[in-house]
Amino acid sequence: MSTPTMPAKKSNRLGLEILPYRGSKTTLCAGCGHNAVTERLVEACWELGVEPWRVAKISGIGCSSKTPAYFLGQSHGFNSVHGRAPAVATGALLGNHQLRCVMISGDGDTASIGLGQYMHALRRNPPMLYLIENNGVYGLTKGQFSATADLGAKSKSGAVNAFTPIDCCLAAIEYGATFVARSFSGDKKQLSALLRAALSHDGLAVVDVISPCVAFNDHAGSTKSYSYMKDHEEPLHEIDFIPFFDDIEVEIEEGATREVTLHDGSRVLLHKLEHDYDPSSRLNAVTRLHQASDGDEVLTGLLYLDQSRPSFTKTLNLVDQPLASLPESVTRPSAEALERINEEYR
Amino acid sequence: MHAAQAVNDFSIHVATANGSGSQTANNVLMRSIFQMGVPVSGKNLFPSNISGLPTWFTIRASRKGYIGRKKEIDLLVAMNPETARDDVLELDAGAMVVYDEPLALSNVRDDLEFHAVPFDKLVAGVCPEAKLRKLVRNMIYDGVVAHLLDIDPEEMRKALWKQFGEKKPKAAELNWQAVLAGKQYAEANLPKSGRLKVERMDANRGRLIIDGNTAAALGCVFAGVTVLTWYPITPSSSLAEAMIDFLGRLRRDPETGKATYAVVQAEDELAAAGMVLGASWAGARAMTCTSGPGISLMSEFLGLGYFAEIPGVFIDVQRVGPSTGLPTRTAQGDTLINALVSHGDTKHPILFPSNPEECFSMATDAFNLAERFQTPVFINMDLDLGMNNWMSDPFVYPDKPVDRGKVLSAEDLERLGGFSRYLDVDGDGVPYRTLPGTPHEKAGYFTRGTGHNEHAKYSEKAADWVANMDRLARKFESIRRALPAPEVSFNPKARTGVVCVGTSRYAMEEACDQLREERGLELSWLRLKAYPFTESLKEFIKAHDRVYVIDQNRDAQLLALMKLDLDPALTAKLRSVRYYGGLPLDARTVSDEIAAQEEGIQ
Repeated sequence: MSTPTMPAKKSNRLGLEILPYRGSKTTLCAGCGHNAVTERLVEACWELGVEPWRVAKISGIGCSSKTPAYFLGQSHGFNSVHGRAPAVATGALLGNHQLRCVMISGDGDTASIGLGQYMHALRRNPPMLYLIENNGVYGLTKGQFSATADLGAKSKSGAVNAFTPIDCCLAAIEYGATFVARSFSGDKKQLSALLRAALSHDGLAVVDVISPCVAFNDHAGSTKSYSYMKDHEEPLHEIDFIPFFDDIEVEIEEGATREVTLHDGSRVLLHKLEHDYDPSSRLNAVTRLHQASDGDEVLTGLLYLDQSRPSFTKTLNLVDQPLASLPESVTRPSAEALERINEEYR
Repeated sequence: MHAAQAVNDFSIHVATANGSGSQTANNVLMRSIFQMGVPVSGKNLFPSNISGLPTWFTIRASRKGYIGRKKEIDLLVAMNPETARDDVLELDAGAMVVYDEPLALSNVRDDLEFHAVPFDKLVAGVCPEAKLRKLVRNMIYDGVVAHLLDIDPEEMRKALWKQFGEKKPKAAELNWQAVLAGKQYAEANLPKSGRLKVERMDANRGRLIIDGNTAAALGCVFAGVTVLTWYPITPSSSLAEAMIDFLGRLRRDPETGKATYAVVQAEDELAAAGMVLGASWAGARAMTCTSGPGISLMSEFLGLGYFAEIPGVFIDVQRVGPSTGLPTRTAQGDTLINALVSHGDTKHPILFPSNPEECFSMATDAFNLAERFQTPVFINMDLDLGMNNWMSDPFVYPDKPVDRGKVLSAEDLERLGGFSRYLDVDGDGVPYRTLPGTPHEKAGYFTRGTGHNEHAKYSEKAADWVANMDRLARKFESIRRALPAPEVSFNPKARTGVVCVGTSRYAMEEACDQLREERGLELSWLRLKAYPFTESLKEFIKAHDRVYVIDQNRDAQLLALMKLDLDPALTAKLRSVRYYGGLPLDARTVSDEIAAQEEGIQ
């Protein structure tokens, strides 16, 4: 019997294998949509060749907010306060605008307790990935509705939700996010392409992923279950992502593909279906979202992209060096400057 | 009774309506006395209102250098028809009153020295443009007071030009004409009793006049702050606004014009605190400034900062209570909440500045403490300190270097082969940290509030958490040893002591003099500059039979904090002097209360 030869381990453009992009073992339920999202995120960061040490993973509180422990184990992570991760992430970017910030939140964390911070993050457009793992319920506290639960959705205990949902993508488009996408944790190819595109965007990239809760929201009557999503997901397009460092020729089917080039040179290809959907049109995006929800469809894909608005850290006109590492000679003005001010108040 | 002549020892009380443009007149009046070398202080006692409600400005001149509020009013300038009669009725006999002639106040009482001035007629003479009259009308009382009190009008002219500068010479000239009109009218019509008098001294050489908020803002800029996040709230907004001004002038790259700082006006105080934590976690020198209601909102993040061990400077310009009503009144009601804020076993160091110099210097102390000990640090100011004008010695360039604390670089990690985020390597309870973005595979760690072991790994083991809590307690003791020592005036003849923090010092020091001069009561005093309390407070209490603790709050919070921190045998000696009326504390309130309690003992 011959010894089987191990296949050569794959490495990315930094020469790193995928292992440094993984984190500790998940403690979420088997089958949880969030675990699939984590997997896609690991792959996306590895494929893009993101430097792990440059990433800051920041989350609030909830099942989704636990996931930063399960990817990029070499990166700094911060499991902060319920609904307040946007402030912490914004602060981290103020301290060091060269960080690649990945913020993970859930539907309760973003649309219920954190709605105020979410809205203001949208307005500021900080350069980061804002990933919402949206299952419509509070998992850690055992199945209460969150603010994204659909009107008429049924809870596991049989209660019917009497309130209208907050659509995080509609809010994101309306209030200033510059990259807005929706996806489904079970749609491996689409989610992977969207995450890579979002991580390449210079501005606030909101990705709202319907990610079913197998413990509390995967039953008949739920509108965030695997079976509901299989029946009701309405992809806008098939999507491919080609990073800036990949020099590959892509065959583009005339009249069936729209190509969008991001600031870093990466390309997003939207094929088939609604390939003529123009993600730069805010009005169109909002209309299509309303049409979809009126028809009980969950519209997924790249909904909106605005590459003209500067990110928050650019708006602040910061020096190139991160504020965190500025030396005392730069951050403390001179004795002469103090004497001039003393004189002003004499 | 106000019988004797008072030279350089009186208080002026100007009563106007809010928004009536009295600020220039009051500042010029105060500054002219200051420029004559006489110690002076000015306090704006104002309502929560933009326009219309009554407001008072008190100026105290004191040759002995007492600059706390003086309860007794020696000269009232009654400009507000709404309050004029009440203002007059509250005066002690013998006081002087300058008033707007139509108010006809001289028949209200017959034991005061009244001076009627026809303001409308005089202002019409110097200001043909009717719409400008409101702006300069008040300058007339400066001229009247200059005559009655022998203030050199040239000093008023200088003060006016200092205020308007070269930028607005026309405004300066118009105001100056109003001063002269008041002075000329007074010389011709108002007999000078000479009861109150300003005489030149030389006590103010080199000194500045500045408010505490501006001084604190400047201190933060020279402490090397890089991130300010804030939400507008009285009385701290002017601190943030002064910082924005100084940062724009002093902290831009000379070549590119780019900012070496970031300022964010957050959507609320929760976000402001969250941004401070995020920025500090990433290595910035980050701060916020707020007042009590903001602290309430920041409390969750402050607890996280304590347990996750993240630096941050939190300046609290204290005011009275929540909601509407008294946001423009001073208090020291956040002593306990700031010492203990958030849930679980949390405690936080506090610095207590008492004057602009300390507002400036303690900013560097606060940032250095926060980064050295990786924890939120409070600076407790109050409205009186923050928003009122104080004489100040010129600010001294910080002699302490910027201390970034125990931060490991990629080179350190290479040498050490890694690190454990919450391990007490040095025995002082203070662990090492790395910053996100440190280019090393061993730099990263995961930050949580509770539920971690010393390697920053998730743990719910009791022993891990108890060990962490015990280390945090050791860290607090290390902080205690690093804090500024109190200022002590030890009187070997005294069996009784007095203790306070912050602006209560002015009333305390003057009250000690009053009690000695009027009652022969010898007192020592101690002014705390920080919490947790240092050893010298214990020594001070041990050395006296009883110690009065001054609190500008109802529930004796500073005294209560001592009870938490000190041996019960010591705290049994403590007695309380409290004031919570919303006005700056005055010496008479303190001396009367101590005298009353002392009589009960003897």
